[in-house]
Amino acid sequence: MNRIPKTRKEMPITALSIPTAGSMGKTGSWRTFRPEVNYSKCTRCTLCWIYCPDVAITRQEDDSPKIDYEYCKGCGICANECPVKAITMCREEKE
Amino acid sequence: MVTVKELSKEEYLLEGHAACAGCGPAISIRVLFKALGNKVFLVVPACCTTVIQGPYPYTSFNVPLLNILFESTAAAASGIVAALRQRNIKDITVVGWAGDGGTVDIGIQALSGAAERETDFIYICYDNEAYGNTGMQRSGATPFGAWTTTTPSGKRERKKDMPLIMAAHRIPYVATACPSYPIDFVNKLRKAKEIKGTKYIHILAPCPTGWRYDTSKTVELGRLAVQTGLWALYEIENGKFKLNAPSDRLIDKAKRKSVKEYFALQGRFRSLTEKDIERIQKWVDDDWENYRRLAACSASDATPYGKI
Ligand SMILES: Cc1ncc(C[n+]2csc(CCOP(=O)(O)OP(=O)(O)O)c2C)c(N)n1
Ligand code: SF4
Ligand code: SF4
Ligand code: SF4
Ligand SMILES: [Mg+2]
Repeated sequence: MNRIPKTRKEMPITALSIPTAGSMGKTGSWRTFRPEVNYSKCTRCTLCWIYCPDVAITRQEDDSPKIDYEYCKGCGICANECPVKAITMCREEKE
Repeated sequence: MVTVKELSKEEYLLEGHAACAGCGPAISIRVLFKALGNKVFLVVPACCTTVIQGPYPYTSFNVPLLNILFESTAAAASGIVAALRQRNIKDITVVGWAGDGGTVDIGIQALSGAAERETDFIYICYDNEAYGNTGMQRSGATPFGAWTTTTPSGKRERKKDMPLIMAAHRIPYVATACPSYPIDFVNKLRKAKEIKGTKYIHILAPCPTGWRYDTSKTVELGRLAVQTGLWALYEIENGKFKLNAPSDRLIDKAKRKSVKEYFALQGRFRSLTEKDIERIQKWVDDDWENYRRLAACSASDATPYGKI
């Protein structure tokens, strides 16, 4: 007989992970260089958004990027790919 | 034709995951979700992706996903396909997502078997050209001349041509991709989703940690791999071979950049000699002669990889 478990209790004992933002913690602390957007230069092309490996750029209403510094690892891909050089990587200062 | 702006803002790869900064496979996963949404079931063997998922009991993947033994991606995916069929669930696309080691080396027999059985799923090999999870040992997909921890002075054997090995299985769809060309990847995934049977996509995904380059250069390097002709973007649909943009303009050798430009950016190619580079350039030119022939053959009535 095929029996499909209906509740978690009925599930077999197996490792089940829960989708969570920050599963690896606040990865922004890995960063050495910080991307800064010059919004007057930005043409809202969204390229930085699609190329960010860390899901650290959200597209705002007007398609300009908003960088989430809690998670941005500072890889610099967004700055490297921006066609109009609207993003600059600036060294993080010690607090 | 879809544009970047038309892609969904929804994210199924969650922020704060464990990939190294600048990870090409992580970009590829994000684009996969942009193409297919969350109506997917992923099967992932041991590889960097299991690390990217994050430490138990958390995961950065907000879709159903089964982690499975290194060699078993296609076998486990076949089981998931059968289970979904048994339960009459029709709107879920099963996707095997494995590294190059898990595909071209240890997983090849399970994949070959699934393809021969015409299992209805998409298999994606994300290729960072070494065993990344365990610290960069050589794989059958590591290219000639590349440093890895087990080829300290550069690998002396050539990379397997896995997409053409899959084409020889006469499956309905084989394609290559690169995260630097996200729209091309999205189009291929959406096309694959609509085709019944085994679909194979091989995506070359640059890895700063293993390839030894600055993290900001991931997308640039992927682009160079394509522009030099070292990696060609193509698809083989029902046996018909077709180059995709921008590779379709590179049949003329003069349009291809010198492979040197690609090697110069990466520490892993530091021990290449001028003679090595000459040899590699010759192999690239030979590959393109083959692509030219396949494309010409497909433009006529012939299907170089057999009628499906
Ligand atoms: C049978 C078996 N052998 C070895 C390992 C150890 N192992 C885990 S991941 C991995 C490398 C995976 O390389 P690849 O498939 O290229 O994926 P990547 O890590 O590069 O993303 C190895 C050797 C294992 N898990 N199982
Ligand atoms: S630096 Fe890297 S992680 Fe940070 S926003 Fe830019 S692309 Fe994303
Ligand atoms: S890549 Fe540059 S121009 Fe395009 S949206 Fe990002 S910041 Fe703006
Ligand atoms: S080793 Fe390479 S592929 Fe693996 S997580 Fe790091 S950058 Fe990504
Ligand atoms: Mg690998």
